[in-house]
Amino acid sequence: MVDMNVNLAAANKIEDPAFAAPVKLSVSDLTIRYGGTPALSGVNLEVRQHEIFGIIGPPNAGKTSFLKTLNRMDTFNTNMSVEGEILFNGLNVQNLKNIYALRSRIGVVFPLPVGLPLTIYENVALSPRLRGIKRKSELDVIVERCLSRAALWDEVKDRLDSLGSLLSGGQQQRLTIARALSQEPDLLMLDEFSIAVDPVTTMRIEDVLKELKHDMTIILVTNLVQQARRLADRTAFFLEGECVEVGVTEDLFTGEVQDQRTRDYVEGKFG
Amino acid sequence: MFAESALNVRNKRVQNLFRILFLMMTVLLIIPVVIILATLIAKGGSIISIDFLFTDPTNGMTAGGIFPALLGTVWIVAVALLASVPLGVAAAIYLNEYAGDNWFTRIIQLAIINLAGVPSIVHALFGVGAFVIFFGFGTSILAASLTLAIMTLPVVIVSTRESLRAVPQAFREACWNMGATRWQTIRRVVLPNAVSGILTGVILEVSRTTGETAPIMFTGAAFFLPFLPQGVFDQTMALSLHLFVVATQVPGVPDNLAFGVALVLIAMVLLMNSISIAFRMYLRGKKKW
Ligand SMILES: Nc1ncnc2c1ncn2[C@@H]1O[C@H](COP(=O)(O)OP(=O)(O)OP(=O)(O)O)[C@@H](O)[C@H]1O
Ligand SMILES: [Mg+2]
Repeated sequence: MVDMNVNLAAANKIEDPAFAAPVKLSVSDLTIRYGGTPALSGVNLEVRQHEIFGIIGPPNAGKTSFLKTLNRMDTFNTNMSVEGEILFNGLNVQNLKNIYALRSRIGVVFPLPVGLPLTIYENVALSPRLRGIKRKSELDVIVERCLSRAALWDEVKDRLDSLGSLLSGGQQQRLTIARALSQEPDLLMLDEFSIAVDPVTTMRIEDVLKELKHDMTIILVTNLVQQARRLADRTAFFLEGECVEVGVTEDLFTGEVQDQRTRDYVEGKFG
Repeated sequence: MFAESALNVRNKRVQNLFRILFLMMTVLLIIPVVIILATLIAKGGSIISIDFLFTDPTNGMTAGGIFPALLGTVWIVAVALLASVPLGVAAAIYLNEYAGDNWFTRIIQLAIINLAGVPSIVHALFGVGAFVIFFGFGTSILAASLTLAIMTLPVVIVSTRESLRAVPQAFREACWNMGATRWQTIRRVVLPNAVSGILTGVILEVSRTTGETAPIMFTGAAFFLPFLPQGVFDQTMALSLHLFVVATQVPGVPDNLAFGVALVLIAMVLLMNSISIAFRMYLRGKKKW
């Protein structure tokens, strides 16, 4: 019992040789409230560079709210208040002057694909354009690279000028990923990306993520525990506004848990 | 099993009754439009010609054409648009894209609704006080147009807001998440998708402005002017006022002349409405989401 706890503690700490990578994101005592009602409280965790960090949990656990505070989307909701400290690359995101720069370093993929009402090409070229890149040749390279990395290039290369919103759901979700990649993100956050995507495409995207992890850090919120098991190096379990535990993914699934509720959730006993 | 019961029969009869009732109401509705148009065409159609449109009135407005009035209406409407569209669109963008829901925006909203309810004669008097006298524009195209602009501002704001609101919030959030500022989001995603709706609203507003009489009658439109306006500080004739004048103020105007003026006025309005409707249909076909 004591041994196990040491193990888990180690899994959470930088000294663990298996996770010697530097800390990308460090969250301490994070509490999120909507109009006074806490949606998430007392969260402490660290995300390391080049890992896929899974977040699992039933609906209303606070997973989406958590992601929103990381890239300061809470500024668009006057009702939402955030306490605690979030360090991204060592910088406190709450005190950042330039939150636009922060957001542009973080790619976000939503549960339902949002193809902007622009052409496929412009969907991917938008972020580079916002950064001030104007040269067509430069944009062409970025668009091709991002679409290829999102495993969509072959399907759309002949119709880059048609509307992004006319693609199928699975294609649109890959377009969203390509768009996120066009931001050249440091951190990629995916929120239940497979909810509206067929299983085959889901598998393709999962393969994409395994590749991308070599270039960036990924936070993967998922309602499919098996998806977390397939992809995540470490996983956090959120439940009813609480971060129940954080551990090496495989440990959570082999029953080496700190909290009985984690075992129950992973085994599908509730949620 | 499916034999009709007495209740079924009754329901059916009632249902037919209401259908016919509603159909009759609908038909009633278009009767006035048809009668108006038919009368105008029958009584005024004969006078319409290129000459009628492009020559000056003669013989104390009892003969000749309507060119100064036609041109004056174009002037007034154009200047009114130049004033109200940028102002109204900017206000709508602010209200929809920037402002939160607080006491300030609620007061503005209330003001807009009330502005829309002010009778046009009150606008006219306000125009006299504010633009003709206070700002010293005199009775001029500028004063008349600004009065009209204020009157139509609520229409522009409301219709622009509707078009902006029709752009799904998810598009904005996707842009914000990418690090776009509100303005970048508006410029690159929101406006391009709302612009056609905004234009439709603007055209509708134009058609409304064309026919207004009271607001321009004391502020810039003249009874009769033997020359064309050279700039915004000149007075001008206008079609709507001209119609009022030839129909009621000048003795000895032949019937077909008065009806002809009315026909031209209505044709202008209908033309602009059709453009607006065609535009909307074109847009529906091009909807991007
Ligand atoms: N904009 C909001 N205003 C008020 N309350 C909110 C808002 N967004 C979320 N909440 C509340 O915060 C809590 C956490 O919601 P959140 O969306 O973060 O959960 P989630 O874990 O992402 O759930 P799901 O799996 O359904 O996406 C919920 O109780 C929800 O009702
Ligand atoms: Mg969620």
